[in-house]
Amino acid sequence: MSIELSGVRKSFGDFVAVDDVSLEVRDGSLTALLGPSGSGKSTLLRIIAGLEVPDSGRVVIAGADRTDTPARSRDVGFVFQHYAPFKHMTVRDNIAFGLKIRKVPRERIRERVGELLGLVHLEGYAGQYPSQLSGGQRQRMALARALAVEPRVLLLDEPFGALDATVRKELRAWLRRLHDDVHVTTIFVTHDQEEAMEIAEQIVVLNEGRIEQIGAPREVYEHPATEFVMGFVGPVTHIGGSMVRPHDVDIATTPVAGGTEALVERILHLGFEVRVELVTGDGLPVHAQLTRQECEELELREGQIVYIRPNRLLRAVA
Amino acid sequence: MSSRSRSTLALRSTALGYLALILVAPVGLVFYRTFEHGFAAAWHSVTTPAAQHAFWLTVELVAIAVPLNTIFGVAAALAIVRHRFPGRALFSSLLDLPFAVSPVVVGLALVLVYGRKGWFGGWLADHGIQVIFSVPGMVLATIFVSLPFVVREVIPVLREIGTEQEEAATTLGASLLVTFRRITLPAIRWGVAYGVVLTTARALGEFGAVSVVSGHVAGQTETLTLHVQDRFEAFDLAGAYAASVVLAILAISTLASMSLLKRRGAPA
Repeated sequence: MSIELSGVRKSFGDFVAVDDVSLEVRDGSLTALLGPSGSGKSTLLRIIAGLEVPDSGRVVIAGADRTDTPARSRDVGFVFQHYAPFKHMTVRDNIAFGLKIRKVPRERIRERVGELLGLVHLEGYAGQYPSQLSGGQRQRMALARALAVEPRVLLLDEPFGALDATVRKELRAWLRRLHDDVHVTTIFVTHDQEEAMEIAEQIVVLNEGRIEQIGAPREVYEHPATEFVMGFVGPVTHIGGSMVRPHDVDIATTPVAGGTEALVERILHLGFEVRVELVTGDGLPVHAQLTRQECEELELREGQIVYIRPNRLLRAVA
Repeated sequence: MSSRSRSTLALRSTALGYLALILVAPVGLVFYRTFEHGFAAAWHSVTTPAAQHAFWLTVELVAIAVPLNTIFGVAAALAIVRHRFPGRALFSSLLDLPFAVSPVVVGLALVLVYGRKGWFGGWLADHGIQVIFSVPGMVLATIFVSLPFVVREVIPVLREIGTEQEEAATTLGASLLVTFRRITLPAIRWGVAYGVVLTTARALGEFGAVSVVSGHVAGQTETLTLHVQDRFEAFDLAGAYAASVVLAILAISTLASMSLLKRRGAPA
């Protein structure tokens, strides 16, 4: 189902968490709310779920105004950052909770819970308690619990934030596939730009309660609308007052038109890529990112004078 | 023997010696004195009409005060932890008043309000209701002194479990009542249980406040604790010891039932 927010505002005391946010999310899409902590992304997600009431603005889900609908009647699946497992219930009872409340016949509940356990790869764990599961398993149980009631919208608050790096990578790919299978409109909150790029079809970049940019991952990365977005979604370096991605810096060993003279200070070999740290004539540091091959072809060495030039400018600094 | 194990031994002996001196010896002696002249004699002492009445009156007070304070305690804890309202801090500190105020003062305060010459007492008496020197006053006194236990046990548990589980239940379609019954209550059940045990123990053993409002009429307004005092002052030491043993057994079985429950409730 589509989601539309218009003019949503929410403050806690003096702190404005969400400031006049308007946003449209297409039916069946996968959207990331990306921003640093305190940017209002979680508050915005909780407003969509009905867990927070906005001070002003409207929340429209599937064409119907839901601003005043309580959370329990919104048909929204919510996955909490720390999973919020019902600790006194088994995995099976956790997943069945929403169905039991809806007085679904017992036979049907058993069937549905079985399906979901398969979907999240927890077949052998139905009788276990959350305390006996690993973090990744708890996360998947929370997802199954949210999906059990066939929500119109799935909302995930920092879904992988509390997991270690390997499990996180695995779950990201898995969530992407799950979305292809289940196809429910999904919004997730993250502060990790790589995660947003990898999973989402649409990224909403938030800062200090406001939307900085909405766009596809590539658009946000290559055409950042503001300086904040530029710095947040990827690495930047400055050449002569312009901002540029380190992999968009060309290095030449002979003078080139529009090039800036610079001294190679350090060359760091980071596997496939090479990071070159330079200093320009006016003493400002610049760093460039090359492939190993490019570096070898240039025969770069530390202490050498080179000429650098951005091959793609992001945006001139005002 | 290493110095470490020697110091451990010393520490243990001190702790156990202290307990023996303060707790085990006096209570043990009461049991010894009770059964000194045989079980039959003790049984005779606790089955006098006054003793039986005192026993049932104590049970009655506990049966009224504990459920009321449990319901109130859980509701108050929820209000304090989950809601923001003006006067919340004041409300929270008022709940500790029964800890701070001497029970005798509580009893006197009740007399001031509900006594024949008190604020309400006159009006109530005109309508045929006698609170002071009667069972209703004793119920009030018992409720007052055992008020804070459930609240104080439940508040930290509520804080610890946080709101996420409740919010999760809400997004899954649960109403407030269902969320409370199926999520909150199971999560705080050990806090509630422990609060109930403490409330029961306090209500069983209350003396001061109940003493002031009861009037000490044997066979009418005498609880077990008051009965012990009554027997003691009448130089019926056997009766006093026997009633004390009954009180002790009630308290010990309360604690034991708690441990049993806890064992069955594991491992959640």
